[in-house]
Amino acid sequence: MHGWIGKVLRVNLSTGKVSTERLDPAVARDYLGARGLGVKIMTDEVDPKVDPLSPDNKLVFVPGPLTGSYAPSAGRYTVVTKGALTGAIASANSGGVWGPELKFAGYDALICEGAAPKPVYLWIRNQKVELRDASHLWGKDVPDTTDAIRAETDDDAKIACIGPAGENRVFFAAIMNDLHRAAGRSGTGAVMGSKNLKAVAVVGTGAVTCADPKTFERAVMKARDMIQKHPVGGAGLRLYGTNVLTNILNQVGGYPTKNFQDAHFPNADKIGGETLAATLLQRPKGCFACIISCGRVTKITNAKYAGEGEGPEYETAWGFGGDCYVDDLEAVTKANFYCNEYGMDTISMSATVACAMELYEKGLITREDTGGIALEFGNAEAMVEVTRLTGIGEGFGKRLGLGSYRLAESCGHPELSMTVKRQEIPAYDARAVQGIGLNYATANGGAAHVRGYTISPEVLGVPFKVDKDTIDGKPALVILFQNLTAALDSTGSCLFATFGIGADELAEMLSAVTGVAYTTEDFMKCGDRIWNLERQFNLAAGFTTQDDTLPSRLLHEPIKTGNSQGMLSRLPEMLPAYYELRGWDTDGIPTPAKLGELGLAA
Amino acid sequence: MAMMLMINADKCTGCRNCELACSMAHEGVFRPDATRVHVYTWEREGFSVPMMCQHCRDAPCITVCTPHALTRDPTSGWVDLDDAKCIGCKMCVQACPFGNAIWDAVSHTVLKCDYCGGDPSCAKFCPTTAIEWVDDLIATRTRKRAFSEKFKHAFSE
Repeated sequence: MHGWIGKVLRVNLSTGKVSTERLDPAVARDYLGARGLGVKIMTDEVDPKVDPLSPDNKLVFVPGPLTGSYAPSAGRYTVVTKGALTGAIASANSGGVWGPELKFAGYDALICEGAAPKPVYLWIRNQKVELRDASHLWGKDVPDTTDAIRAETDDDAKIACIGPAGENRVFFAAIMNDLHRAAGRSGTGAVMGSKNLKAVAVVGTGAVTCADPKTFERAVMKARDMIQKHPVGGAGLRLYGTNVLTNILNQVGGYPTKNFQDAHFPNADKIGGETLAATLLQRPKGCFACIISCGRVTKITNAKYAGEGEGPEYETAWGFGGDCYVDDLEAVTKANFYCNEYGMDTISMSATVACAMELYEKGLITREDTGGIALEFGNAEAMVEVTRLTGIGEGFGKRLGLGSYRLAESCGHPELSMTVKRQEIPAYDARAVQGIGLNYATANGGAAHVRGYTISPEVLGVPFKVDKDTIDGKPALVILFQNLTAALDSTGSCLFATFGIGADELAEMLSAVTGVAYTTEDFMKCGDRIWNLERQFNLAAGFTTQDDTLPSRLLHEPIKTGNSQGMLSRLPEMLPAYYELRGWDTDGIPTPAKLGELGLAA
Repeated sequence: MAMMLMINADKCTGCRNCELACSMAHEGVFRPDATRVHVYTWEREGFSVPMMCQHCRDAPCITVCTPHALTRDPTSGWVDLDDAKCIGCKMCVQACPFGNAIWDAVSHTVLKCDYCGGDPSCAKFCPTTAIEWVDDLIATRTRKRAFSEKFKHAFSE
């Protein structure tokens, strides 16, 4: 095979058995890799009703067919599992250099099943695969774990691991790779912790081959050119990172503040990408094969928050910033460093702090509960401290580790959790931007911006401009973006490549590297297939149309200030049309005709 | 006029497109382990440096190469490696002060930058000009000017 290696590595952590299997070319063709292949493996092998933290759940690490090639910004891998936070199918993708290394070691996927009786880490050097004792690493943070494993394996080993948060089953714990990159959402790290798997260290010296190098080079050069000439992909992201969005979203009145009590933050510029570039930014950084380099290498010299690392991204700056009503960029960046070091998703962590701040504001959490911390909106020091406590699993941090839904529920007010399927909503207000709300409500892994990023057309005008306020045409737009993204994720490409290229270019590169001819329609159909398979997993897990909704605040409490004042999400008007266009019945169940069209079993 | 690869480490983002371009150009596959350029990243500090053969004027690899597989091209001035003459003794690997002659444990051959015969793939694929294929006279002047600017800032403050 070209593009794909043709081999899957399976590790049973309960028995210690390691085996390899051939990758079925028909499965590879239809599900591509990364997210798609991972979802296929999960649906084939795991009962959707399992407890996510039980040994019966599996944890699959999957690079894509473009991963390891020089397709621009296509060096990613996806972690697929049943999410600890959500109980839904979870797919969290990450950049850095770990994913390509797994391919160079000779694998299209790594399936971890069962649970080890005591802490272990997996050490992969090409065909040599061994489980090693990790008792001495348990409790260590991500940088220290990385250093320690390198010292006992190989200085060049690429490490994906969990920090204390994953060990402590923080519901939104992340798997971190290459220190600063996260397969962040839905609690992938908690699943890894439940398996007593501390880390996967990889050295790969093999090759990824290409079916038609000449055609591939031409397609890659064309795609690079399109991204480099794009104002966002070519310049904006490298200069200011994703945090360039802060001022843009605040300007349109779609920047949630105080746990979505409003959607405008007067001090947004103080924590935006332009300010970051002028203060803490050391240099931009790129993931494997990236030509965009949105990564932010940052350093805080102020003794109060001293540290170095990467970030914050837009979502992180918003969560620890506007959502907590904090305008101190150093505090926001420090909280980001803690998340990276202890291994936590910055979106769910920060949104849970914001939720806790509202519970505190309403007297539902007291100073006694917080251990003396005045958890008020705008209290930067308190925000940083409770983030640290969550990371190390102490004090009030233990309750924050539940995530906002379980926390608010424990206070008798689940409606104050800004979540869909128990996953925290990210940094775009669904009342101000109609399409993104429909995407949050229907995204299979729970609320996520990266499943159908309609912010591109609705706010940025990329690749075409759509009125953010209207609901006309939004169901079709959301489906288009969701299907495209499902296919794109499954190649190993970064979503940011779409700031320049689209399905045509991705299909072209994919065809040249694999030797399997994909038309744009074939490619989009892969996305549709993957989306529907995820849906089937969730339905079998017990999710219903009742779960395709938004917090009542976004449906009933209008935005108070800013340029989207007075607006509400009109989700109930869009959802029926979405189901119909998806080929689903009124209960949100794919029809036999739709499943037949996609080659999926009922 | 002579050309050279200028490394501007301050511009390197650690993306390793150069490694992929190099291995595709020389091996026809994507295999970063078999490239003539390697990028080293210090993750904690977030700093990356591309490393490749500098085609030294007084090249230790040529001096130690008994079968004369490594020679200096009289016209270009580059250090050439003739695979047919190489006996795989790895003396060049040990002699290179920068570690830029590489022993590939898979193909059992020495790998060393050959400037792709005058059109280096690494420079072509570098998205930030951290690796540049430039006239050696202009390159060094540009570098000097950049440093002089730092002095200017320091002293004019």
